[in-house]
Amino acid sequence: MDKYISLPISKEDAKNLRAGDYVYLTGVLYTARDAAHKRMDESLKEGKDLPIDIKGTTIYYMGPSPARDGRPIGSAGPTTASRMDKYAPKLLDMGMIGMVGKGKRSDEVKAAIVRNGAVYFAAVGGAGALLSKAIKSSEVVAYDDLGTEAIRKLEVSNFPVIVVMDSEGNNLYETARAEFERK
Amino acid sequence: MREISVDKVTEKVKAMCIKANHFLSSDMEGALLSSIEKEESELGKKVLCQLRENLEIAGSDMIPICQDTGMAVVFIKVGMDVHFTGGSLEDAINEGIRQGYTEGFLRKSVVKDPIERVNTGDNTPGVIHYEIVPGDSVEITLAPKGFGSENMSRVFMLKPADGIEGVKNAIVTAVKEAGPNACPPMVVGVGIGGTFEKCALLAKKALLRPMDEYSEIPYVKELEKEVLDEINKSGIGPGGLGGVITALKVNILTYPTHIAGLPVAVNICCHVNRHVTEVL
Repeated sequence: MDKYISLPISKEDAKNLRAGDYVYLTGVLYTARDAAHKRMDESLKEGKDLPIDIKGTTIYYMGPSPARDGRPIGSAGPTTASRMDKYAPKLLDMGMIGMVGKGKRSDEVKAAIVRNGAVYFAAVGGAGALLSKAIKSSEVVAYDDLGTEAIRKLEVSNFPVIVVMDSEGNNLYETARAEFERK
Repeated sequence: MREISVDKVTEKVKAMCIKANHFLSSDMEGALLSSIEKEESELGKKVLCQLRENLEIAGSDMIPICQDTGMAVVFIKVGMDVHFTGGSLEDAINEGIRQGYTEGFLRKSVVKDPIERVNTGDNTPGVIHYEIVPGDSVEITLAPKGFGSENMSRVFMLKPADGIEGVKNAIVTAVKEAGPNACPPMVVGVGIGGTFEKCALLAKKALLRPMDEYSEIPYVKELEKEVLDEINKSGIGPGGLGGVITALKVNILTYPTHIAGLPVAVNICCHVNRHVTEVL
């Protein structure tokens, strides 16, 4: 089912999304990948604040290629989400409501999604040129020294994603694969 | 003896980095596009159509096909009658990568140390494989490798008794474990035989073989087709979202091996199987 959802995602919207829904996101996404997650985790361990307000936020696991002149961003597709599995449950418990990436997640992440009424979306991996067209602006808001791995605030319009894991614990990767598996 | 200035190498490598990251080879593009009509899943078809549109945008707007513009893997075949002038060949190749990735708006994805992890800022160094061959020409292949799929690659040190069934099982296991992480539909490069490192290198080279070519060894050609069928029965599908097109091709290279061993390497590549070859 096609759905149009505003960012930040409301708790109600998150609860109503179901694995398999094709969703167009409009609003603000924040990017963070390996190095930014490691640094955020270190901040939390030292009792410091995060550089962004994580409550209600949707994080896009993405490190873009550089923008050509006059464009907001370069190629901008998802990276493999499982590398952030170590950090995601804590962020979900702090109020992060959505994640956009690609690939499988751990049982701990799944449990944290269910516990917090959150959602995990996949964007199509390797479609970075196409996805960049849905990004209207990009601004580094933290960890500039990390280059492509800095935290960026993105304004997106009808950014296409698919719900993979929903708040009821459904997992599209498992159900869709079973549907087409042949013995 | 033919003299070639290393500056020519730098120039070529620079241009190849930019070309490889914006345009797929025609056989690779053809394989991807012709898979659309074979896909039975509606969502799978939609993913494949997005990938088609992505390729169009990448070429027309010069936006890299994928934001992971890879670590630059270089295969260079140097004729024995060539004498390089003007500096070190390795430095010249890395300078080409540096210029290509900087001036071509490509992502810098290389860290200087695997544990300390500080970005080198210019995507150098590349991973360079040299080969000395007869003649007086230089053939350079540049293959930027993304790590979504590289991370899901495997080496299996099988036993001779595992035989061809063991090999099939190893390849299918690696692909199923990779699943949605490796950005399917994948291209699967396989190396069988040699030593631990030789089979891995064969697997990488297998990814370079044209998509419309099969092994010249009859049993290997059969194996390539059989394993592809098996992989496409897994149901993983485009994007891992279900379907019958999980891989586009299985390319296998073999090499003699030791009486005690049966090494198998599986180098998985996503649908953005990029490589460019040029001759100097």
